[in-house]
Amino acid sequence: MSRAIVSKIEKENVLALAEQGKRLDGRKFDEIRPITIETGLYGRAKGSANVKLGNMEVAAGVSVGTMEPYPDSPDSGTLSVTAELTPMSYEHFSMGPPSDDDIELSRVVDRGIRESQAIEMDKLVVESGVEVRSVFVDLWTLNYAGNPIDAASLAGVAALHNAEDEELGKLPVVKKPIANTFIKIGKHILLDPSLEEEKALDARFTVTLEDKGNVCAMQKAGSSNWTTDEILACVKIAAKQSKETRKLLK
Amino acid sequence: MGSSNGEALIVDGKRLDGRKFDELRPIKIEAGVLEQADGSAYVEMGGSHALAAVYGPVEMHPRHKMLPDRVVLQTQYEMAPFSVPDRKRPGPDRRSKEIAKVTKEALESVIYVEDYAQSAIRLHIEILQADAGTRVTGLTAASVALADAGIKMRDMVAACASGKIDDTVVLDLNGIEDNTGQADLPVAYSAGLDEITLLQMDGLMTEDEFEKGLKYAIDGCKTIYELKKDALKRRYKNE
Repeated sequence: MSRAIVSKIEKENVLALAEQGKRLDGRKFDEIRPITIETGLYGRAKGSANVKLGNMEVAAGVSVGTMEPYPDSPDSGTLSVTAELTPMSYEHFSMGPPSDDDIELSRVVDRGIRESQAIEMDKLVVESGVEVRSVFVDLWTLNYAGNPIDAASLAGVAALHNAEDEELGKLPVVKKPIANTFIKIGKHILLDPSLEEEKALDARFTVTLEDKGNVCAMQKAGSSNWTTDEILACVKIAAKQSKETRKLLK
Repeated sequence: MGSSNGEALIVDGKRLDGRKFDELRPIKIEAGVLEQADGSAYVEMGGSHALAAVYGPVEMHPRHKMLPDRVVLQTQYEMAPFSVPDRKRPGPDRRSKEIAKVTKEALESVIYVEDYAQSAIRLHIEILQADAGTRVTGLTAASVALADAGIKMRDMVAACASGKIDDTVVLDLNGIEDNTGQADLPVAYSAGLDEITLLQMDGLMTEDEFEKGLKYAIDGCKTIYELKKDALKRRYKNE
């Protein structure tokens, strides 16, 4: 059977289950998969973490360099987030230059960290207007099982909190933004989609919240749409879930 | 004398990390560590940590690279940006491409390539932490991942490097030894067939030193070969 037919059957199955209020792996609609976080695994990095969200596994590493600051922000360090959906992690990911999905993943995680002001950028200045520290967060998927945004975001934040530099000591990381991704299948909204659910999605929505409960990043994706009420409901669930997830980060 | 910065790498007949000249670093091998891949393995040789994943046999892409009478082992070797102290820029460079090529050839030599003609086997090697000998760590992981994927092979290839530090031939250089040492000799070896499947060298060695280095490396490969078999047995004992 061709892959297209298989995926149509799988999709109908996910939808039919959702109609009965069920999910393939037995979770509730607003229930995430189990999370494990290990930090400091990759000893050559300034900080590192390995996160598993169910079987979705992401390795994160933090590197620190120096550079000339951007002309419009002479008193601010810089942040650069690079994510890769590696061909190692899934049969259907290929080698080569970053895909649209790689870039979207990088940018959504970047926004969560940047806009939450998780890093105190003013503490990364070596000499105003001349030299600042540049923080790189690299996120590599090791095993793909759906919802890379939430897993990569968690891995990135965990690695940042784990990061230490010889000169700087602990990196000035003061917040823990948490990304929460929902998908819509028919009329049903599911938190933390698995791979099978992701294949069946009509639309996707990510909302990231920082420690005080403020929303700091959002992203809608997919060729179908959301109603205002649906979005507001997602934000409510995300606000609650973020508090729980944040407790897992040391 | 010896190392380029003048610091001795051998003191009182022992290496800085306390090893004997012909001693490997601590090795850890685990098979079947990734859920998506058809076969996978994680290998640590001291401070060098590698993950390998195998998909296949699958259809060859791009199609014009398909071979009528044999399989192509599409090999990627990559160092994660955070695997080294100064961030490595993502994406393939000349070194990665060369390592991928010699790794591919080292492994194809033991695969029954004609049994999967017109297909591809995809092999991905990711170095998560680098401390010298990453290509041999990756190659060892790759061959366990191929076996874990059930790819038909005449034997499993094991790999390790020897080299020369402070005018002395030693096995399995660590990062400090590699950076300031005088020669590096990575070897991959099939113990069952008694064949060398990868051999590279850089630096300066006399003929006698080379012969000694090769012997050290082959003995190291034999030790690793046994550890690999143990890892695969552990993996399938539980199923």
